[in-house]
Amino acid sequence: MLAKLTPVLIVARRELKDQLRDWRVLFPLLVLTLVFPFLMLMIAGGVVDFVNEYGADLVIDSLVPFSILLIGFFPNTISLVVALETFVGEKERGTIEPLLSSPMQDWQIYLGKLLVGVLTPLIASYLAITLYMVMVSRLDLNMPPPGIVVQLYILTAGHAILMVSGAIVISVQSTSVKAANLLASFIIIPVAFLVQGESVLLFWGSGRILWLALVGVIVLSTLFIRMGIAHFEREYLLGREIDTLNLRWIWSTFWTFFRSGTRQDGSWHRRAVLPALRRLVMPSLVMLALLLMGGWMGYAQVTTSAPEFIDGSVRSIDDLREQVSDMPVAQGMNGVEISAPFIFLNNVRATAAMFLFGAVSFGVLGILFYMLNAGLIGGILSLFAYVGVSPWLLFSTGILPHGMFELPALLLSGAAVLHMAVALVTPQTGKSMGEVFIFLIADWAKVFIGVIVPLLLVAAVVETYVTPILLRSALNW
Amino acid sequence: MIETNDLSKQFHNFWAVEGVTVKVEPGNILALLGQNGAGKTTTVRMLTSLLKPTRGWARVAGYDVATHGNEVRASVGVLTEQHGLYTRMNAYEYLEFFGQVYSLTPQARKVRSDYLLEYFGLAEAAKRRIGEYSKGMRQKLALARALMHEPPILLLDEPTSAMDPESARLVRDEIARLKSSRRSIVMCTHNLVEAEALADTVAIIYRGRILMQGTLDELKQNILGPVEYEARLAEAWSPNGLNLPAGVTMQQVDGTRLRFQVQQPRDANPLLVGVLAEGRAPVLVFQEVPRTLEQAYLKVMTDAQEGAHAG
Repeated sequence: MLAKLTPVLIVARRELKDQLRDWRVLFPLLVLTLVFPFLMLMIAGGVVDFVNEYGADLVIDSLVPFSILLIGFFPNTISLVVALETFVGEKERGTIEPLLSSPMQDWQIYLGKLLVGVLTPLIASYLAITLYMVMVSRLDLNMPPPGIVVQLYILTAGHAILMVSGAIVISVQSTSVKAANLLASFIIIPVAFLVQGESVLLFWGSGRILWLALVGVIVLSTLFIRMGIAHFEREYLLGREIDTLNLRWIWSTFWTFFRSGTRQDGSWHRRAVLPALRRLVMPSLVMLALLLMGGWMGYAQVTTSAPEFIDGSVRSIDDLREQVSDMPVAQGMNGVEISAPFIFLNNVRATAAMFLFGAVSFGVLGILFYMLNAGLIGGILSLFAYVGVSPWLLFSTGILPHGMFELPALLLSGAAVLHMAVALVTPQTGKSMGEVFIFLIADWAKVFIGVIVPLLLVAAVVETYVTPILLRSALNW
Repeated sequence: MIETNDLSKQFHNFWAVEGVTVKVEPGNILALLGQNGAGKTTTVRMLTSLLKPTRGWARVAGYDVATHGNEVRASVGVLTEQHGLYTRMNAYEYLEFFGQVYSLTPQARKVRSDYLLEYFGLAEAAKRRIGEYSKGMRQKLALARALMHEPPILLLDEPTSAMDPESARLVRDEIARLKSSRRSIVMCTHNLVEAEALADTVAIIYRGRILMQGTLDELKQNILGPVEYEARLAEAWSPNGLNLPAGVTMQQVDGTRLRFQVQQPRDANPLLVGVLAEGRAPVLVFQEVPRTLEQAYLKVMTDAQEGAHAG
């Protein structure tokens, strides 16, 4: 294994030498490392003085963790420029071909560049943070607890890995440095939001959730690295030269995948949708397990916390009826007509959103959204169980009638998201990343239009006209 | 050895290379000739396992380019179209880096880089940044990189472009030396004199397809027709009544020059010389009319372009 890592270190060493000889990298990095901590201390002092003038009771000590987070973040953003041009820059300078013509394996070249891309800014960030902490200690300010300091150091590393791994994916897939730089905002903006979220957690003082955020950052970074290596194709690095957005090609590729060779002879379901569904068999089994797990988690969570949050206000089914009277299903049960188109459109929107969220987050947000729905069902069952209604009775009369159509639709949506996430991080021989992405969208569109939408349509009709009647009679509502 | 069969590469709807079948034995040089964009670089990239063939196969040093990319790349030294040098490094560091990439021992790296830098006249500039090098120096360094690991296969794209005549000569000598050490070499070039001087076989490629290939003699014979011989005379002389041997035809009579096309020179030339002597022709010189690769190449290209326009 060590022998296999040697080429990684060879590439990394060369990259590092190159970076250390480039003043365009060194100068901003040095400025951010040495000047920014001083600047941050001054700004923090100014902010505290300013808000305290208006009656706030803020002390500069409370800003220290937040300042550390920012001081670590800024050198990472500069390094992004370097990471963004690792591959595409070499391509533009013509130095990539001799490197690609060498016997090194793809992952060795990739990891060598990633290693330096992460290490240089990380060292700068750590130096800056350490310098800042030295200044804080000399000014007799309160240092954050050691646990928080460790978290901040690890978070900074997480940010560096996340940003650089994302930047290198862009660098491999871009056709020019200009295009790569334009795409950099897709990394900087989400990570900036992430840092803001983490700052809120810091002020809020929720260390446990901050650890969870850190796990999320590491998972995303791992997926980025995996995706980068999976789609690292020497051929595409050398072959693509043209930068223009070819909408005609995108549409024709999508349409070809979507039709799957069928003409208007009614065989689309058989020849296009069925194979797409077959590809979803394994993801569907996983999603079924997640559905049950989400439902169980929702049930367990509500069972544990219901007494606390209901606070004695709901003790019977009638109390509950009053509490949930504004929910659509309850309106139906109360004799108020609920709209099937409303339910249908709502569900279509939800399943589409699940896919869209999944598409921009390696499926993570889509699957979370899916599990949230499952958790909600579990939670409702638990809530009714709390007031003495059998969850099985409620499930068979209030959920199953329309759920037998809606739940498979939800499950297939989730499976499509999972399938996409797995495909994005799996090597796909002979296809560019763009083609893979279009293929996945076409696959989803086939299942969505061919199966999910019809299922949701039937589910909406049943939920509007059948479920309320069954539920009313079961609960004597 | 390099061997390809029906090697083809398609980009979207465009066939960059189609049906290339060649064989380069150890100790042989194949010159790939063709216009810019004819498919030479794509062919070389497939032979380096950088591009996957759409159709056909290629074996380089015994390895299939489609399935054994790393083994192929370890066996090949490539001089790419662009030099691809890291300009912030010096020549010594650069060769050291590629020596490491090709897993040479530290001692081998030092021996090879010292030898190559010395041979190509770069030893004095070895500690200077490559960014300060002239075009010719960069070309020599790129070639040194390709030779660093002493590969059995060499793929050279325009090996002497941008070089001064002395450096070009140096490089040609090195290529000839490599050939004699039983390496298989493919050389893409626009320099037809160089191709003629070095290549054993020549393939002319046009719009991705090989139009003609063979040894230099075969190409000239096939493209320009049978060899011509010229008798230069001391004074004007009439060849009327000359009884020419079988397979010899008179091509041109121009005062003091007679030109003959000879199908089988080995058999017919002694007879022809005898006939001229018997006829008391005042012959000063009897020699083959020189025919260059350039003539053959230009004829093939002209025919191909006319064919393309007509088609």
